[in-house]
Amino acid sequence: MSIDMSQFYQVFFEEAQEHLGSLEHLLLEIDLANPDPEDLNAVFRAAHSIKGSAGTFGFQDLADVTHVMETLLDRVRKNEMRLTEDMVDAFLEAGDVLKNLLAAHQGFAVADQQAAAAVSRRIEDLLEGRPPIDSPVSRVVQTATAGPSDHTYQISFVPEQHSAADPDVMENLLAEIGRMGKVTVACRGAADGSTPWRLSVAAAIDRAALQSVIEFVARSGSIRFDDAPGQSVAAVEGEDFGFFEATPDSPPADDVAWGLFADSSAAVGRAAPEPSNDADSSTPMAAAVDSTGAADGSFGLFDPVAPVEPAPANETAPDTPKPVPAAPVGAAARPVAQAASGANADKGSIRVSVDKVDQMINLVGELVITQAMLTAAAEKVDPVLFERLLNGLAQLDRNTRDLQESVMSIRMMPMSVVFSRFPRVVRDLSQKLGKSVELKLIGESTELDKSLIERITDPLTHLVRNSLDHGIEMPEARLAAGKQASGTITLKAYHQSGNIVIEVGDDGGGLRRDKILAKARERGLPVHDNMSDQEVWLLIFEPGFSTAEQVTEVSGRGVGMDVVKRNIAAMGGRVDIESMTGVGTRITVRLPLTLAILDGMSVGVGSDTYIIPLNYVIESLQISAGQLRTISGTERVLQVRGEYLPVIALHELFGCRNAQHDFARGIMIVLEADGIKAALFVDALLGQHQVVIKSLEANYRRVPGIAGATIMGDGRVALILDAAALIGKHSRSLAAAA
Amino acid sequence: MLQMQSGNATADRDESAYAQEFLTFTLGQEEYAIDILKVQEIRGYDAVTAIAGAPEFIKGVINLRGTIVPIVDLRIKFGLGKVEYTPFTVVIILHLEGRIVGIVVDSVSDVTALRDEQISPAPDFGSAVRADHIRGLASVDQRMLIVVDIAQLMLAPDMALTDAPVQ
Repeated sequence: MSIDMSQFYQVFFEEAQEHLGSLEHLLLEIDLANPDPEDLNAVFRAAHSIKGSAGTFGFQDLADVTHVMETLLDRVRKNEMRLTEDMVDAFLEAGDVLKNLLAAHQGFAVADQQAAAAVSRRIEDLLEGRPPIDSPVSRVVQTATAGPSDHTYQISFVPEQHSAADPDVMENLLAEIGRMGKVTVACRGAADGSTPWRLSVAAAIDRAALQSVIEFVARSGSIRFDDAPGQSVAAVEGEDFGFFEATPDSPPADDVAWGLFADSSAAVGRAAPEPSNDADSSTPMAAAVDSTGAADGSFGLFDPVAPVEPAPANETAPDTPKPVPAAPVGAAARPVAQAASGANADKGSIRVSVDKVDQMINLVGELVITQAMLTAAAEKVDPVLFERLLNGLAQLDRNTRDLQESVMSIRMMPMSVVFSRFPRVVRDLSQKLGKSVELKLIGESTELDKSLIERITDPLTHLVRNSLDHGIEMPEARLAAGKQASGTITLKAYHQSGNIVIEVGDDGGGLRRDKILAKARERGLPVHDNMSDQEVWLLIFEPGFSTAEQVTEVSGRGVGMDVVKRNIAAMGGRVDIESMTGVGTRITVRLPLTLAILDGMSVGVGSDTYIIPLNYVIESLQISAGQLRTISGTERVLQVRGEYLPVIALHELFGCRNAQHDFARGIMIVLEADGIKAALFVDALLGQHQVVIKSLEANYRRVPGIAGATIMGDGRVALILDAAALIGKHSRSLAAAA
Repeated sequence: MLQMQSGNATADRDESAYAQEFLTFTLGQEEYAIDILKVQEIRGYDAVTAIAGAPEFIKGVINLRGTIVPIVDLRIKFGLGKVEYTPFTVVIILHLEGRIVGIVVDSVSDVTALRDEQISPAPDFGSAVRADHIRGLASVDQRMLIVVDIAQLMLAPDMALTDAPVQ
């Protein structure tokens, strides 16, 4: 199976960044003395999610750091250790390291494996209760400073007028720089800011960091770095925004086409072969490039400067043993090139908030309504006189429909987007666990709302991993049980009566009732032996519930199922478990079809119009009086092809005025929800539309039997029936009557 | 002396600067005043869509430029005024704590600025509105205005506009 995993990398990066963001936020908010268990769980879950996805995508360094974090967090979460300031610091530091690693994988930075190892060590120390020998952070910094601290920058700048006048500001600046390295003031500037300051700074930091500090007080564009005497200052000063260090020594990919680039790269091509440790050669080159750049304003600046960079790097190299800034230069060349290709891939998609899409769908809905109103108004005009108007309207109609379709398609994605993640997950995991597993995917083309796709991915991953880890037995055990050595995990998606159903099934050992009950007792959950299997199975969704004997990288901490249930409940869905010992387990996730637009059938009852979601409608028929029977004089049932269906008379239920009371004259609509059928009696069928669902609750409240509202072509509001509730209510009232 | 007078004048101006503006409307013989900052717009009464199971005074919902807005007929709710719907029937669209609600009243009178000390506490009787939703009474040109806390009034449970708290 060949799947290009890189198409999912972007999703992982974004998810991981979100998780890191929330991790940091939670850690910063946390109350050390009395941490909220919910917060600790949330921090833990964030780390767990990153670890899981990183493992899936093979980013081992990320997984390693998160693994130690998770282990410590788990102990804190279980009250086995007290949360200390040190731990929070370590976690925050780990968060920073993860961000760096993440950026490195994206090609934006250089992975600092040293820091990663240091932070892992630090957390391990905390885990074993060892006091930190000395802050590993400073240790890392020290190792860094020990080497090339002798890189000296000669800086001159002109302070802002108000900063120059205030001696405190300048002292603070000097103190700040002093913290980074050794600073010598060569020449103090005049208090009125008329003459520049000259500083000599010996530090291991890069120029950008230094510059960003000085920029606080310096007049914009007045900072000069003269660290390589004889080198053209013009190329370095002014608009160097710290891109400098990261610039590759080869010209970046040609796709940065500002028109002028072709020229300048040609110029570079000529200039580059020359030995560039001669300042004279680089100066004219920069000048030449500058002149081309000038035609285009500042855009050209970044690229033209690039070829100059190797010069200072080469020049400084012989002077200093191994200058820090020089090291990243060589290393940076590769990531930047990757970033360029990454940027290309990014062009394919943008991440837009669902709110924006929803707003767009709403607006298109409004447009459709307006268009319908115009069409209705134009029906009355003379088609000969207003031919052009009518043609225009017809075109508007077409365009509106196309627009609506394409906007709708933004939200809909096939399940395969989620499913295609899993072959790799299953393969890697089964190898790691020494199990043999076959993955079956069914219903990949089932379309699902994008927001749901995004949110179902994590829970499904957890479910699959759990099935693999806990469900499928080892090959020997399977053979002993008379099964095939290779287990099967089935992922299945389909639509069922307005729901999307996703099943994760395995033919493994099934859930162990006795084990779950024992574990629940151990955890002090209220359980008893008479609980139904269903209830027992649902226990595995309790936070921290795991019956696994040992904690592995895959699962066993009991965090996954808790997340699954939370996420699915948040989407308004539900999870069911069916399990049979020795035969297998099937977890069914049902999600409501919460789309902003639905296909509806409009029906008239008296003077009102109601919309029935089309996916509940099976058929509609006119009946003769003889088909209708009554039960105990009040309940009516309708005989349709040998089936007796309860009859719901909408005008009675909603108290509509002027409605048709003669059952032989109206229309019966057969509805089905959750496997129960019923016949809905209405006056007439009016039509079939796509309607935009508007919330009734936003300004009003929930109304039983009503799912929402929409706006019809004439600008009036029509209510959307909640068919499932109507049928359910009716069957309950029937049951109560019986 | 002169200085003191001018000082007083400034103080007076300052006082009036703190005056709040109120929209006044009539229900039967009674005249009510509500905080004008709660009023989004005033429009005519047009076709409403009735909601099943709603109390009689909730006429239904309208489409206010794409938003579904419930309409309450205060005349029915308080049993005041003549309940008829003509082209002159007025709906005040209110913006209350993030919710948009329309109320039907007999007529909208004007906008009045009232200072706090002009509003005196109301005795606990005499109006259709429950006393705890009344901020007080104010007299303006021989008229008595009932100053209502419209947000509290409309979002009270007996208005049935909000979901009942979960049992």
